[in-house]
Parts: sequence; C-alpha cells; structure tokens
Amino acid sequence: MLKLQNVYKTFEDRTVLADINLSVPKGATHALIGSSGSGKTTLLRITLGLIPFDRGYVKINDQPLLSFTPVEWAARIGYVPQEGGLFPHIMGHHNVSLIAKMRGWRKSKIAERVEELRKLVGLEPSVLERFPHEMSGGQKQRVAIMRAAMMDPSVMLLDEPMAALDPLIRHSLQQELKDIFQRLGKTVLIVTHDLGEAVFLAERITLLHEGRIIQSGAYRDLLHHPADPYVTLFINAQRTLPDASAVP
Amino acid sequence: MKKCLMAVLLLAAFPQFAALAATAIVVGSKVFTEGYVLGEIAAQRIESVSAVPVERKLGMGSTGILFEALNSGAIDLYADYTGTLSEAILKQPDLKSVADIQAALSKMNLVISAPLGFDDTYALAVKESFAEQHGLHTISDLTRIEGDIKAGFSYEFMDRKDGYARMAERYRLSLDPQRLSRMEHSLSFQAIDDGAVDLIDTYSTDAKIKKSKLRVLRDDRGFFPVYQAVWVARKAFVDAHPREWAALQELEGAISADAMIDMNSQADIQKLSYASIAAQFLGSEAPRSQSWQSNILRRTREHLWLVGMALLFSVLVGIPLGVTAARFHTAGQAILILSALIQTVPSLALLCFLIPLLGVGTKPALAALCLYSLLPVVLNTFTGVRTVEPQHLENARAFGLTRRQVFFRIVLPLASPTVLAGIKTATIVSIGTATLAALVGAGGYGAPIISGLSLNDVPTILTGAIPAAFMALIAYGLFEVLDFLLIPEGLRKLR
Repeated sequence: MLKLQNVYKTFEDRTVLADINLSVPKGATHALIGSSGSGKTTLLRITLGLIPFDRGYVKINDQPLLSFTPVEWAARIGYVPQEGGLFPHIMGHHNVSLIAKMRGWRKSKIAERVEELRKLVGLEPSVLERFPHEMSGGQKQRVAIMRAAMMDPSVMLLDEPMAALDPLIRHSLQQELKDIFQRLGKTVLIVTHDLGEAVFLAERITLLHEGRIIQSGAYRDLLHHPADPYVTLFINAQRTLPDASAVP
Repeated sequence: MKKCLMAVLLLAAFPQFAALAATAIVVGSKVFTEGYVLGEIAAQRIESVSAVPVERKLGMGSTGILFEALNSGAIDLYADYTGTLSEAILKQPDLKSVADIQAALSKMNLVISAPLGFDDTYALAVKESFAEQHGLHTISDLTRIEGDIKAGFSYEFMDRKDGYARMAERYRLSLDPQRLSRMEHSLSFQAIDDGAVDLIDTYSTDAKIKKSKLRVLRDDRGFFPVYQAVWVARKAFVDAHPREWAALQELEGAISADAMIDMNSQADIQKLSYASIAAQFLGSEAPRSQSWQSNILRRTREHLWLVGMALLFSVLVGIPLGVTAARFHTAGQAILILSALIQTVPSLALLCFLIPLLGVGTKPALAALCLYSLLPVVLNTFTGVRTVEPQHLENARAFGLTRRQVFFRIVLPLASPTVLAGIKTATIVSIGTATLAALVGAGGYGAPIISGLSLNDVPTILTGAIPAAFMALIAYGLFEVLDFLLIPEGLRKLR
C-alpha cells in the first residue's frame, strides 16, 4: 500500500503542499485530481522521490521513502509518465527491458517477463519492434505500462494517462486500462485533471486544491456530501453533453 | 655531495648535450622564391662538404616565424637581409653595417655571415605602360597623381616600421586609403597584370619584374635601407659545425644581383626546381627529386596524421569539455568563451605563438589544429546535451537509472546526432587548416600550396589543393557511414 502522511512542501516562501494525508490500500486504484496549479505534479514528483519534501512521510508497505536509496525506491514504484514518456532512440522492447538490463537480469528472464506483460496489456509482438514515433498513442501508453510493471513494483503511478489521446481511443483504452489494473492486481495512483476518467477508473478520489486536500472519498461522497463548495464547483465544471431530448 | 654536484653540472650542460645530440643540420627559409633558392643553396653547400645529414624546412613563413624557429633551435640557419635584421628583429633601424648588426645579434647568440653579394631591397613598381602614360621615373613622381593610384601592398610592407608609413612620410606621399589594398605579396603581380592595381611593392631581385613588364621607381630620396643578403645562424650551430659554417662563409660576394634575378626567374618563370637551380649555381649535380606519386603519398601521410591526431584530440577533450559546459553554468560559460576565443586567433598568429613553446615542425602545427578543432566539438556537445528534453532525464531518474546510466544510456545517444555533426565540422575544417602547417615545416598538402603561392604557379598549388579537397570529400562520406553506425536508429528515422 501507498501512504502519504502529513506531507508539507514549500518552494522558497510559498507553501505548495500542506498537510497531505493519503492512503491507497493494497490492490486499490485511487485518483488524485485537481486543476493545474493545484500541486498534483509536485505531489507526484515527491512520491517518485525526485524532489525532497519538508515534513511528513511517504511510505510503501509501511517503509518510508527516506530509508531507501533512489534506486531502491524506484524499484518499488512503477511510473508511467505523461504520453508514455518512452525514450525515442530505442525500440519498444528496449524501453521495456532497459531497467532490468541495468539490474543485470538474465536475457531469458527478461524475455519471459516481457512476453508475460505483452500478453497482459494485449499488444501485438511486432509493436515492440517499433520505435516510439512509429506507434499510436494507445500503443505507446501500453508499452509504457509494460515498462512500469517490468520490475514488479508494489505501486503503479500514472501521470495523466489519457491526456494526449483522441476521444474514441481514449474511451476504449479507459476500459482496457481498468482491466489491466485488475489483472496486474497492483496498488495504483492515477494523477489526472479529468473527473470523468477518475470516476471511471478509481474506487476513491482525492481532490487537491491550492496545495491542500479538499476531500477524499468515493465519487458518491463528493457528490452528495461535499466537504467544501469548491468540490461542487469542480464537479459541475465537468460539462456533460445535452441528451437527445434537449436537442431538437 | 659529489653526486649532487655532478647532477647540477649535468643539468647546466644539458642544452649543449641536446644540441650535440641533434643529428641533422636544419636549414629554414622564408616563404618566397628567393628564400627557397637560398635555402637550397645553403643545404647543398653543406652537403658538399659534410657527412652530417641536412634537413630542409623551406618556406616556413615570414621573418617572425624564422627568427623564433632559430631562437628555439628548431632550425640552425636561414638566409635573411641586413635591413630586415636591424628593423624587424633588432628593432634598431640605425644599425646599418654588418659589423654593428653582428655585434647586436651576438647578444642573442646569433651569428651572421659576410654579405652574399646582392642587395634585395624594397622597391615600388608600376607597369611600363602606366609609367609612360604618367611620366613616372622616381617615387617622388608618384605625388603628382597620388589621389588616382590604386596600390596593392604586401602585409609586411604595410606593417614594418621601415615600410609604407615612413616611406609616405619621407616622400610626402598620401595615397587614397580607399584605393590601397593589402594583399599577399605573391598575388600582387597577378593583381597588377590584371590591372586591378597600378602600384605594388616588390623586391629588387624579383624575377617577375621582367615578366610582368614593370618599371621599378627610383628611390630618389634614398629611403629604403640596404638589404644585403646574409646567412643567419645559431651560435651553437657555428660552434658545433665550424667546417660547415666556413663553407657557407666562402659564398661571400658570390651571388651577384644579376645571378639572383636569373635564379629567381628560373624558378618563377621556367619552373625549374629549387634543387636543380641551386645545383647549377654551385656547379654540382642536382639531388634526385622524388616522383610525384611518392610526393603525394608522403604528403597524404603527413596530412592524415595531422588531421587524425587533431580529430582524436577534439573527441577526447572536446566532448568531456562540452558535457562539463552543459552541466556547470559558470565553468560552462568559461569553456565556451575560451574555445571561441581560440578560434578567433588567426592561424598564422597562433603558429607564431606556439613556435617558442614547441619549436618548428609537427608539434606546433598539431597543437594549433587541436585547438582549432575544439570549438565545433565543444559547442555541438554542449548544444546536444542541453537540448535533450528535461522530461526524459527526470523520467530516467524516476525509473531508477543512476547518473552514469542516465548519461550513457539516454543523454549521449540523444545528443549523438549533434555531437557527430560537430566532429564532422571539426574534421573538414582541419583538413583545410592543416594546409597551413607547411608554414612551420610540418609538411602535408600545404607544402605545394605555399610553394606554389610564392611562385604564383597554379599547377603547383593544385597538386596540394586537389588532394586536400578529395580528402575532405572522403571524410564527408566516411562520416555519413559513421552517422549510420553511431546514431541510434530511432533518431535517424526521426530526422
């Protein structure tokens, strides 16, 4: 499980994150949602161990981040950057196996794991022989998930996984992503600004605003028992299309 | 105590040891026809009386370079003129007599011989037809048409103390600065032939005066000092090789002005080799010249060596410097500014600075080439590393790659197209710049180019210029292959 306790972060004199408490139980999918400037990217980078924080704890399975080296911590979190973040100079399967190679895995072990993950995300073998610029948005996203899952981390962290995809692909990939998470059985934290996506993918949602958590809970709780007017404002801001009866 | 004393003595004596250990006698020369001819005469004269091998480093450059080469022991002797020695080297223009000049030079551990016979003084010349048209006989006559004359003067004449400025003052001559151009001496004859200029400076023994039908204007106010040709040698050489020096001294008064003009015209106009002209003068047989194939082969080897070593240096030093520059801001700016500054030093000046430190020959040429090839590699490495998207670097760290792995697995491959382009630029530029190495006796394709330039002999220039161009083309082709091998496939397809 992933746990953030009392996390604070200031840049110079500005408080960017205050009193962050967040707990994602083992095997659960959680969405961190907020508009741009809410501090969600900072929280993501703290969780990845990329930047230091002022106070509090970040823990995976009750072991705090600060007790690990960066390399050890990275092995516990599988990270899927925005738009997949594949390295452009190497092919799909090299992107997937890069870290395993650095860690000295045997070739056969690497091949086995790549094959296992390929089936799990439902990719054609030929896609892994392509360079990132030869892949579609959905393919890149899947290869990126394979790469994140390669070292069998406890937690998966996804940054705006659908942001760059067109609506139709986005729709079908959301369903597949949900299935993939199910099959992987991992603790997942998705960072997004899209409430619809958060509701669809995650059991619980945390809404971040100006560096503070406004409310954490199921969508139902946010809808019916908003902790703050901002929650309602945020929910209502998601424009829904008028249905057939409203459009003559 | 005794041992210590011995060591001190040995160290004190070391320069002498070094001088004795140098086996060959090295003859240098300036980079114009007469210099080559005199250099060859000196070399053959020594060979005729001595078994010590003679190394020819002819066509090394102008007075400054030769003087530095002499001082550093890179050459043993060369031919120069009394006026040049007192003006350009001793900076005492009042010294006129050979004895006075010798006295001043001996403080620098240099020795000059008795005059060889002819004067080679500066002179101003115009076309015969132009002289007729304007009634020009003396330099004073020029003042009548001073506003209309297009002049082309050599760099040395423009810059020396006893050159243009003082002459203009003496004659109250004021040429239109807009119509006054500085040019390489050997090109000024071409310019006056083509009518691009009306007036040039020349040497009084220049064979091309006859060929170009020029009239030398009389120095009616006796401005130009007397330039008597003499041998200039290191004192250490004279002491170590008294017999060889005596043989050179015997040439006192042996070369008349007519003889020198003849020899110059044999070289410039009849295109005889310097070796055969010198041999004919000395009444001996010319040393066998090498075939052109073996000449080109040797020059290619020399050129390749220079370019190859410079390239190796630029890669081994330039890439780490570029990476350092990209990583540390202050040091980076210092590195970039410094390598840009090096690039702005004219190559001849850089060679001049390097001769006192490294002597003459391959070493200073190589050092200059290495320095010049640095900027493209440093700058492109810097740019290549800086333009790697920061997102990739952060992602790599998030995946748990170490700094080293990030650099070698991500940064370097992503920067490789830009880095390789820098190495390519450095190589092509080096192939061109390496032709200047011949000025300091490092050989290569520059040797025929410089010698041809001094003779205004286009075919000779081409025997250096064409292979150099071919080498550049081949290098370009090889880099295309290298691009294919070294740039990651994923990036190649992106371009």
